[in-house]
Amino acid sequence: MSREQYQIPTGGSQQAFGGASGSRDFASESLGVMFYTCGDCAVRVPLEKGAPIRCQKCGARVLYKERTKRMVQFEAR
Amino acid sequence: MKPPSAAELERRKIVSINAETVTDVTSTDYPGHYPGEDHVWDLETFRSGLRIEFHKNEPLEASFSVIGVDASIANAFRRIMIADVPTLAIETVFINNNTSVIQDEVLAHRLGLIPFKGGREGLHTFLKWKKKPAEGTDDNNLFDYNTVMLSLNVECTHNEDAAEGETDPNKLYRHASVYARDIVYEPIGRQGQYFSGDDIIAPVNPDILIAKLRPGQCIDLTMHMHKGVGSDHAKFSPVATASYRLLPTIDILKPILGPDAEKFARCFPRGVIALDKVTRQEAAQEGSGYEGHEGELKAVVADPMRDTVSRECLRHAEFEDKVKLGRRRDHFIYLIESSGQWDSDAIFLESIAHFKEKARKIEQQVINMVR
Repeated sequence: MSREQYQIPTGGSQQAFGGASGSRDFASESLGVMFYTCGDCAVRVPLEKGAPIRCQKCGARVLYKERTKRMVQFEAR
Repeated sequence: MKPPSAAELERRKIVSINAETVTDVTSTDYPGHYPGEDHVWDLETFRSGLRIEFHKNEPLEASFSVIGVDASIANAFRRIMIADVPTLAIETVFINNNTSVIQDEVLAHRLGLIPFKGGREGLHTFLKWKKKPAEGTDDNNLFDYNTVMLSLNVECTHNEDAAEGETDPNKLYRHASVYARDIVYEPIGRQGQYFSGDDIIAPVNPDILIAKLRPGQCIDLTMHMHKGVGSDHAKFSPVATASYRLLPTIDILKPILGPDAEKFARCFPRGVIALDKVTRQEAAQEGSGYEGHEGELKAVVADPMRDTVSRECLRHAEFEDKVKLGRRRDHFIYLIESSGQWDSDAIFLESIAHFKEKARKIEQQVINMVR
């Protein structure tokens, strides 16, 4: 089960990720903003550069990185 | 030198099964084993000795006897069925999103092992092998005749209709369990002609659990299926198992009567040993061992094929020298369980075609060798 060579994701599959992926948006996405997932309430937290690492909704200080938006290819072996 | 009697020929075919040993395992019907006997392989002799009897023939399970072949041939068919008959299986998984607890590579592996069915004509004649792309080229050789596309896109959400105090996740949430039936087939090109309606490509067992989700988690992926053979990966094997066993033989040498007969029957699986009454005729016969036992029960062999050869009867002193267990060396009872893409009997027929093809190839090699 090795990661195979990277393939450039197509537009159609990319669309399925973002908003429709099941995680609730806390604020609308904009450039220069990174999204994290709150470790407490699982909400999507937008963080700008230099902003305090804190969930705007519940105040928890544990935030998780989101999964890559890139398509990953695997061999079914 | 006079030719061997029929009884002697029959005796040579039996593998002896003793209390602690198995003897006479190897076949002896080849030239040079018995002085003065030929035993050279002959097509006519083989043809007249070969017999195939079906015991059971269902789409997913077939059982039949192949009688009169050598173990090497019988084993070749078994191995070809397991490793050389091609099937279609998921080969690559393109994961766009997977926020479930199951890891991407494990998920891909699980998907690969799901057996699929589809229109036979499309699977066996329309779909071809996918050629490995040449080294250092971008050409990936994906066409409608060698690749089948599937997609799986599920998202777990809360079920508002769930009853108050519900604790079963499958009722509390929608798509808490992802099953094989959630996989969607996406026809490309000419595939619609072969795989539509009842012939659509779908999992054989729709209830296979792939993953479990909780609200907010989702799986979004596409898959490519290719043809492959079992020698490459077990997921391509068309059989759940293909095996054979030798026909058991049970010879009652001396009469087993009365309570002993009932005990003897209990040493075997149900139906192997039947209990008959000793007839007046048998009781009247001098030296038969039945004298004065008219009307008593005696053990007779009813169906040796059902025996598991547990050798239980050889453990009891009262049956000593009264019974001989064995197996017929040239009687192979096959059991083929199809995984669903082929009919179980078609797998055997296909294995014969593959065997022929292999023989043809080796014949050409031998010709090249002596040239």
